[in-house]
Amino acid sequence: MLGYYLKLAWLSLARTPAITALMIGAIALGIGATTTTLTVYHRMSANPIPARSSVLHAVTIDSWSPDRPADDENPADPPPQLTYRDALAVAAGAPAARTVIMRKTAMTVDPGAGRAPFLIEARLATRDFFPMFAVPFAYGGGWDAAADRGGEPVVVLSRETNERLFGGENSVGRSVRIDGREFRVSGVLADWQPTPKFYDLNNGAYDTAEDAFLPFALGAALELQPAGNVNCWKPETLAGLRDLLGSECVWIQLWADLPTAADVERYQAWLDGYVAEQKRLGRFARPSNNRLYDVEAWLRHNEVVGQDSRMLLAVAFAFLAVCILNVVGLLLSRFLGSAGASAVRRALGASRGELFRQHLVEVGLVGAIAGLGGLVLGWAGLKAVEQLYSSYDRLTQLDLTMVLAAIGLAVLAGVLAGLYPAWRICRVQPAAYLKTQ
Amino acid sequence: MLDMQHISKVYRTELVETHALRDLNLTVAEGEFVAVTGPSGSGKTTFLNIAGLLESADGGHYRLDGVDVGSLGDDARARIRNQKIGFIFQGFNLIPDLDVFDNVDVPLRYRGFAARERRARIERALELVGLAARQRHLPSQLSGGQQQRVAIARAIAGEPRFLLADEPTGNLDSLMARQIMDLLGEINRSGTTIVLVTHDPELARRAHRNIHVMDGEVTDLKPFAPRPAGAPVAVA
Ligand SMILES: Nc1ncnc2c1ncn2[C@@H]1O[C@H](COP(=O)(O)OP(=O)(O)OP(=O)(O)O)[C@@H](O)[C@H]1O
Ligand SMILES: [Mg+2]
Repeated sequence: MLGYYLKLAWLSLARTPAITALMIGAIALGIGATTTTLTVYHRMSANPIPARSSVLHAVTIDSWSPDRPADDENPADPPPQLTYRDALAVAAGAPAARTVIMRKTAMTVDPGAGRAPFLIEARLATRDFFPMFAVPFAYGGGWDAAADRGGEPVVVLSRETNERLFGGENSVGRSVRIDGREFRVSGVLADWQPTPKFYDLNNGAYDTAEDAFLPFALGAALELQPAGNVNCWKPETLAGLRDLLGSECVWIQLWADLPTAADVERYQAWLDGYVAEQKRLGRFARPSNNRLYDVEAWLRHNEVVGQDSRMLLAVAFAFLAVCILNVVGLLLSRFLGSAGASAVRRALGASRGELFRQHLVEVGLVGAIAGLGGLVLGWAGLKAVEQLYSSYDRLTQLDLTMVLAAIGLAVLAGVLAGLYPAWRICRVQPAAYLKTQ
Repeated sequence: MLDMQHISKVYRTELVETHALRDLNLTVAEGEFVAVTGPSGSGKTTFLNIAGLLESADGGHYRLDGVDVGSLGDDARARIRNQKIGFIFQGFNLIPDLDVFDNVDVPLRYRGFAARERRARIERALELVGLAARQRHLPSQLSGGQQQRVAIARAIAGEPRFLLADEPTGNLDSLMARQIMDLLGEINRSGTTIVLVTHDPELARRAHRNIHVMDGEVTDLKPFAPRPAGAPVAVA
């Protein structure tokens, strides 16, 4: 019967092309709006590292001023980053399966062979960065413990940087000139763009991953300036990087790999002990407030999915609901307009169920066509968002899930709009219509 | 075949109550060809609608083919309409979007026949009413008489045991009317029980038996009896 119903639906839709276009347009608009916002929302709220998100923990301790909280709006929260000396002390002492301390910097690459030098964003990190965050390598790997300790001149290149410098070849073992020094390539990443960029939310939740990765110790040795946020509360002289290293400014990120609840507890106890000890030395004037966040908690805590995107999503769905209501009206008048034909079908032996299904197939078809239209509109909407907010470009890719969701949503919207009109029409009293003809 | 006892039907609107049928008694045997006459508004269409399970009676008993249909649910009634009954309505009631072929196809679709069987039946029925060449015409492209013949083809394509026709010749000239009557006679001879409503005594006389309805009651006429002079005509 489905084929028959589809044929009837097609005939019926073709009979009144203007109303059909109006209905398809209304649903498509609603779907377009929801697809746009849903895609952005979906990618914003995606878990960037599902397999490891419960074992990875962002570490925060409240080293802020005795006079005021780090964040006036959320006075209970410790600052999101650590001082250099606390980061070193915690990484060295606290009991974790693995720990990474890291920060962001900017460097200049000289590609040689007469090509112009260019600026890159680099991440200075300890070697566990790669295994902890499950970073995929195309060639080679990270560096060894000795390189970590001594700050050896090794570098891991992103796929794009390797493309730019070596045309995408396996460049492991080759040398790159950065900031006037030779660095040996130890590895090249495969595509890696965690979205949101959970490991450094403080410096742009939707930023792209860095162009190169180097041992953390190099930062102090080469006096590499920070390229991320540096927040200070204490009046201190900060003439250069040396001063920053010894200051109370926070600018270092610290993550610990804590596989079990017992590990988390032990780590927390160590942190509390560390702060108590520092208090005795005259630091940490605020109440002891040390917190561990797993990845999802960290994303929530940093409000990666903002209140406004939630509002926008709600508005889009409300808009879709208004579109559906309009379509209910159109369908009702259209179905009742052809009630005579439905009465004839009933008289000739169609059951109520058969008539109901026939009309639902019709609205399902409207929904499916509108879904395709809505996808085109949604795609255009995403392009517009991309134009307006350049930092959102990694949030505006329509993936297969969203395509299927859009079409499914459109068919659902159509069927929802059609339920009441179809129910009304399948209850026509055939005799009443047949007499009046 | 059809057995109606004390059937009554009342239409209520906010203003008036119309007793369309009151205490109607009628039996029709298998294979009969019965003509029902009566003035306009006497309840002929109402009777036919109840006989064809399009409406239910407010009082009395109706057995069709030995089944007490008064107690059946909506789906069961739809199934009986589809399988046992052929309708020719007072208007043509063709579906305007569908061409001739697809109109005749409608009851067969709900019958669940395979495509080949449907095609064979539709072609046979259209052949019988002389419209085999017009399969792909829309109703709006046909004359009134042709539309009526499509309606007849639709009613007989499923080979119903029971054919109900409400003024099937009402809109046609007398020649065309006679052709349609010949066709119904032929269908009846092949075994189909027919109840025909008409206001034309000439045509009614061609049936086995005439029933006269007045004010919702049967005032019996003998088979093939000549119409009494001064009989009441059309008082609405
Ligand atoms: N749905 C309805 N609501 C109210 N009254 C109705 C309805 N259908 C029929 N009637 C009334 O019932 C009576 C019988 O109507 P019916 O259609 O059966 O007459 P009829 O004999 O078929 O007339 P005609 O020869 O003009 O077709 C009429 O008085 C009519 O006004
Ligand atoms: Mg009538």
